[in-house]
Amino acid sequence: MAADSATPLLCARALRRLYGRIVALEEVSFELWPGEILAIVGESGSGKSTLLHVLAGQLEPDEGEVLFDLPGRGLQDIYRLCEGERRTLARTDWGFVHQHAVDGLRMHVSAGANVVERQMALGERHYGRLRRLALDWLQHVELDPARIDDAPVIFSGGMRQRLQIARNLVTLPRLVFLDEPTSGLDVSVQARLLDLLRRLTRELGLAVVLVTHDLAVARLLAHRTMVMQLGRVVESGLTDQLLDDPVHPYTQLLVSSVLPP
Amino acid sequence: MRMCDPPGSLERDPNVNFAYLDERTKRMIRRALLKAVCIPGHQVAFGSREMPLPYGWGTGGIQVTASILGPRDVLKVIDQGSDDTVNAVNIRRFFQRTAGVAVTTDTTRADIIQTRHRIPETPLREGQILVFQVPAPEPMQRLEPRQSETRKMHGLAEYGLMHVKLYEDIAHYGHIATTYDYPVLVNNRYVMSPSPIPKFDNPKLNMSPALQLFGAGREKRIYAVPPYTAVTSLAFDDHPFEVQRWESGCALCGSRASFLDEVLTDDHGGRMFVCSDSDYCTSRQGADVRSVISDGG
Ligand SMILES: Nc1ncnc2c1ncn2[C@@H]1O[C@H](COP(=O)(O)OP(=O)(O)OP(=O)(O)O)[C@@H](O)[C@H]1O
Ligand SMILES: [Mg+2]
Repeated sequence: MAADSATPLLCARALRRLYGRIVALEEVSFELWPGEILAIVGESGSGKSTLLHVLAGQLEPDEGEVLFDLPGRGLQDIYRLCEGERRTLARTDWGFVHQHAVDGLRMHVSAGANVVERQMALGERHYGRLRRLALDWLQHVELDPARIDDAPVIFSGGMRQRLQIARNLVTLPRLVFLDEPTSGLDVSVQARLLDLLRRLTRELGLAVVLVTHDLAVARLLAHRTMVMQLGRVVESGLTDQLLDDPVHPYTQLLVSSVLPP
Repeated sequence: MRMCDPPGSLERDPNVNFAYLDERTKRMIRRALLKAVCIPGHQVAFGSREMPLPYGWGTGGIQVTASILGPRDVLKVIDQGSDDTVNAVNIRRFFQRTAGVAVTTDTTRADIIQTRHRIPETPLREGQILVFQVPAPEPMQRLEPRQSETRKMHGLAEYGLMHVKLYEDIAHYGHIATTYDYPVLVNNRYVMSPSPIPKFDNPKLNMSPALQLFGAGREKRIYAVPPYTAVTSLAFDDHPFEVQRWESGCALCGSRASFLDEVLTDDHGGRMFVCSDSDYCTSRQGADVRSVISDGG
């Protein structure tokens, strides 16, 4: 974590988002620093996914702003960029790993093409180079390079998540959004995937916003954790402190019900 | 007489409007065409009408032809390069009956050429219009079925997806296996489906002196390539675009420069390669051969 960095990478200011009369987000503000991993925890319906989509430029907030540190331009409200700029940003400097791999992969396109699609979108027109890059990234995420021409539709859940990660990291983004990346996987597969995420985030100095309902995942990966309830942030702090010594009654409840004492 | 000129021309039916469509519809289609010409390669939505032919029979191309046809225009209709398949004959008759226009098989004499799946071998000239029948106008549809998304991708010129398809070809077959409907970039801006012409014809799209119009009836889309517009076929630097080649020339006219079809000559596996463009082939063979083929067909 580069805590001495002068500006935050991402900055949420007083975010509010309604669904009809349901308040999905209210008064959410925080800063994310380069290389920092932030976990968002909270029970089902507390607004975690809504927040993630608002931060990732996919869902405009009703109020508040999301600022991102653009190279050479400083903090910019992402919803004031034109759509083309925002989409380019989203597929170069950001990654988004979906809870369900089918939302984040082209299931009937080979693993290799899934990995290098972003590079092709950026104008890479040399097949040999794309191929080498795909092979490299399959290795980085510990997928068998021999599977490069297989489509993820025949991959296991864990393999699909690895492929999603490779597909997102291929442009070396500075910020990655992860929505419940390990849920629905077997415990042993989860553990290996978490190890992989921990290694890659360190090696690449990635900043991450991680949504999870699993406090153990937050404990393992996140520098800082934010607890949400009914669309609001009720408590936030360094992960270990927050989990070992929760202050807010809701956090105490979460910790006591999930983490055996 | 050219081989396909009908014996005794068909009478125009006085009970239907000129070229079948009513004038308001034709004006609407012409407005869409003008817009299409202004934005080369961009798909323009239009209010496609029911035609007295099923989709897949070129209803998009027919509506375009009907909207631009004038009484003194000479029309040629080809299907897979041939003037005398059922599809070509039907469409030609349709315009003879509804518009009373002169028809020809001679590419050089035609003002408007409606085509399915080929561009004539004889180079087109200024003033000519080539009308393509298009079954599937959206080149990205198979990889991205959401229309809202493909429209956005065109709008923002986000075309990485097109190379995903070419990448897949090379990964699975060792080369770009797409041989028909090979995607092109028009005027350095819009990716376009050239309709299911063989990629052999793609270079003819580039800087053509003729106006090229594309009509998709079922999908209700019109697009265009104005004369002298750059049209490039997508490819990789290390897997450049290439057209089909044959080992020998056409068995009938000897041409080594035209697109060849394989035809069976007997029941014992005998086969030969002949020009797909029948007008080009017969005109190269001379009048004698032409009448022989005409009698046989
Ligand atoms: N598209 C939508 N339309 C209406 N209400 C929605 C929509 N999406 C979310 N909500 C509501 O907003 C609130 C927050 O939902 P959100 O999906 O952000 O929660 P979450 O914390 O991600 O829950 P989970 O852990 O179940 O994924 C919930 O009350 C939910 O019902
Ligand atoms: Mg959620």
